[in-house]
Parts: sequence; structure tokens; C-alpha cells
Amino acid sequence: MKEQEDAVVFMGRVIKDGVAEGEALVSPEPIGFLGGVDGATGLVTERGHPLEGQSVAGKVLVFPGGKGSTVGSYVLYQLARNRLAPAAIINQESEPIVAVGAIISDIPMVDRVPIARIRTGDFVRVAGSEVTLWPAGTRAAE
Amino acid sequence: MYLTDEERAWLAGDAGPATRRALEIVVALARIYGAERLIPVESVQISGVSYRNLGDAGVEFLRHWVEEGARVRVPTTLNPAAMDMVDWTAQGIDADFAAHQQEVLALFSAMGVGGGAPVPTCTPYLIGSRPAMGAHVAWAESSAVVFANSVLGARTNREGGPGAIAAAIVGRTGAYGLHLDAQRRSTVLVKANDPPRTIADYSALGALVGQQTRNAVPYFVGLPLDLEEPLLEEKLKALGAAMAATGSVALYHVAGITPEARADPQLAATGETLAVGPLAEGYAALSDPADSDAADIDLVWIGCPHASLHEIAYVAAALDGRTLRIPLWVTSARPVKAVAEMQGLVAKIEAAGGRVFADACLAIGPVRELGYRLVATPSAKGAYYLRNLAQVSVQFAPLDACLEAALR
Repeated sequence: MKEQEDAVVFMGRVIKDGVAEGEALVSPEPIGFLGGVDGATGLVTERGHPLEGQSVAGKVLVFPGGKGSTVGSYVLYQLARNRLAPAAIINQESEPIVAVGAIISDIPMVDRVPIARIRTGDFVRVAGSEVTLWPAGTRAAE
Repeated sequence: MYLTDEERAWLAGDAGPATRRALEIVVALARIYGAERLIPVESVQISGVSYRNLGDAGVEFLRHWVEEGARVRVPTTLNPAAMDMVDWTAQGIDADFAAHQQEVLALFSAMGVGGGAPVPTCTPYLIGSRPAMGAHVAWAESSAVVFANSVLGARTNREGGPGAIAAAIVGRTGAYGLHLDAQRRSTVLVKANDPPRTIADYSALGALVGQQTRNAVPYFVGLPLDLEEPLLEEKLKALGAAMAATGSVALYHVAGITPEARADPQLAATGETLAVGPLAEGYAALSDPADSDAADIDLVWIGCPHASLHEIAYVAAALDGRTLRIPLWVTSARPVKAVAEMQGLVAKIEAAGGRVFADACLAIGPVRELGYRLVATPSAKGAYYLRNLAQVSVQFAPLDACLEAALR
């Protein structure tokens, strides 16, 4: 069917096993969760960040990797407790802050995926190491 | 990555949700750093204890993990708290903050840290946790990591907060980085142009080397040290702590002094040589200009990392029979303070108007909220974090100068 024809599948590396899907929110820049994302609102607050003002809640959050303070792991946990966490996380190359944050918050996460192929608005499903991508619009009938 | 049958079973949940979560963290970190397997660790040292740093989200997570059944499987020690767990009122800490900090300690107790009665300190090696040469451990406090690796010859990476807790719960860490022989060779030869003499001088030297080498493995030659040196451990403790603060040095060698340098002369780096000095640059690099807003020092802090008995004795002798004009706080591990009390050292410091606090670290405490603006300290690490975490102005100066400033 149409979604089968348009879908692209990537194999990544599992950081936190799980299944989740949602609309992609893509940042070309790293994200530092402590001071960069508000745990109470889910909004990106870092001044001048490409995602400034946008909500990460329920999105498949796609970015190169983490940066900043190690306490950032706990901001992801806070987002999860407030039901504002990303549905899944996809990194180019994972680092400890976001990896630990995803594990303690039960957010499915993979890395080593060609994130430049993913655009904001695409529909993405993460299942273990498998990332399936439907370009924006091709899965609108779902 | 290779996992044992037991590790696979734990990941499947056979040992409960807390162990599964802990092993997921350890395995993920091991993968990220390219480990081929996990290794058992003899001990773990946990950082991320201050309520000020953890925040409510961190505390909530710790509570959740305890409720899932998190218990440590190997002997585990704990980093300092934001306050003295007994004498916090004397520090001026408010009751609400204290209640939060007490809850954090209770959660670590429930995990079995410190046998259920953790002694918060950044110097576990001064209160009996001294891994042998070659022992694999998973420590988190950067100054304790560099001490364990360099002065004791044990093997640990710089673990993160939750990563160290996870390592304690599963008793394992990834076999990567400084656990491997190849990563322990020095990468830069360091010569001190201006020979350090006092403990604070070693801190100033470390500040410069850390700034200039970042995450290198320095090999020091020509330091005026020998194995019979008075205060040798204090000097090495200060040197390492400073390099771990201004850089991310986790291991260094000193020719003829540190155990791996003595065991293997081939460790010495070939190639790049760094000449460091004068030490005055190290002191200046971590001091705020004298003409800043806070014109006068309003607190002296000694004990970063936590003071040894020798360091407390030095302060007690200097203050004996004199009177301080501003507060002077010494921080140390509670058992070290207990011995200092038995020897009458704490009484001498208190008679002069100073205090000896246990459990606490000022850098992660609410120093600014307590009203202090300009703190003098003989520790480069203390100065670095007072500026960057506690956000107060700092004078990093030799110990005698700090004491004189408080007595003048």
C-alpha cells in the first residue's frame, strides 16, 4: 500500500529498547536538556536554538546528540513524569546524558541513524533498532 | 558486546525492574564508549548528592528507583551533601532545604549505600576505601577518581551520577577507557618551571596543567617530591583535584612517586612536553579581580577536597590562641573530624571562631544564598566551583595568606 511504498527503513543501534511512533521534530543542533528544555512545559527554551519555543512532547525527537550538564538526564525524567516527554529519541551519535535520561524515563532511543534524511513533520516509528520513516504527507490518511 | 548469561537474565528482568534499569544504563554507556564486555568492580563511589544539583526531578527519580527495589551489590560510598547533616543550622541552612537534603541521604541509605549509613565525603580514600593497585572500581567524584587512578594505581573512569548508581546496583561497569592498559600510558610530559612547595602550590600547578591539557594523561618530571615527603598524599590530592576541575584529567603519573610510574618507567610520554609556570598565574587564573563589587573577603573555606587530619592540624596550630575576624570553615569527612575532635584540634579552631563541618561541600551548597560574596580558599577546585556553581567571587591563595586574611 501507499505507506509501504513510501516508507524508508533504517537500522540503528538500540540505546533504550521499545516501540513508539509520532511526528518527527528535527534539530540540526545538539540539545542540552538542563537549561535548554523546560521540564514543566516541554518547551525548548535555549536562546537562539533552532527549536526554541517548540514543544518536544509526544514527538520523535531527532538531533545529533546531547550537550551540557549531566543533570540534564533528570530533565528528561521530569518531562516523562509530566507526560511531556518525546515519544522516542533518535541521535546521530549518543552520549551519556541523553542515553541515561532516556533509560531512566523509559523513552525508546536509537542512534547511528542518518538523521539528515529525516525532516520535521515526517512520521517516524521506532521499534528496537528499526526506524521506519514516512515522509510528511504520505501517511496522512492514518 | 559480550554479555554473560547472568547479565542477559538481568536484562530480561529476572532480578527485578531496578536491576534491569541499572544494567540497561551500564550496557548503554559501555556501548557508547566501545566496551566489548562488562567487568566486576570492587567498589563504587556515587556523586550527585546535593539537593541543590539534583533538584526535585532527581530526587523523584531516586525515590522511584528505590521503590523499584534498587539495592547496591558492592561496597559503595557517597559524595558530600550540600550541608553538614548534623550541624546544618550552624551553617545557616533553612529547614526546608535541609529536609530535602535529608530525604536524598535517606534514599541512598535505603539503597544500602555505606552499609545503610553513608558518610558523605569526596575523600573516601581517607576513611578506608582504598582500592589496591590494579583493582577495578567505578567512582564518580572527579577528585577521588584521579586520586584512585594516580595515587593508588586503581582503575576507574569518571563515572556520571546515575551511571555510578547503576554500576553499584549491578556491581559492574564497561571495560573501556582507564580500565584498559593502553589508555593508562601518559600522553604529555609536564615540567614545572616554578617548583611547588605547599599543598596550595600543587593546587595552583594543577589548575594550570588542567587548563592546558584538558583530558590528557600528564607525566610529571622534576617535582621536588620524594616518598618520605611530609604531606605527600595531600600534595598529590591537591594536584589531581585541580587538574580534574579545570580540565578533565582522570589519571596522572609522577616520576618515581606514583605506583604505575615506579612499576613501569616506560610509561613516560615521548613527544610533547609542556613547561608550566609561574605558579602565580595559577593563583590568578581562579581569582576575581580585587576591585570587584565584593571588596572584602567574608568567608574562608579550607577542605576541598575534604581536609585530612594533617590539614586540620595545620589550621588548628595557625589559629591557636588567636581570633578570627570573619568566618572560617573547614570541611572534612565525619570520621576525620571525629579524630580531630579527640586530638583537641577542633576545639582550637572553634576557640578562634572557626568551624569544622562534616559531610558538606561549599561548592555545591547555597553559599550565595547564605549571604557570602567573596570567599578565599587555598583550593583551585574549590575556587573553580565556587565561581561556576555557587556563583560567588573568589580569591584563590596560599593557605597562609587565606589564614592571615581571616585573622588580620
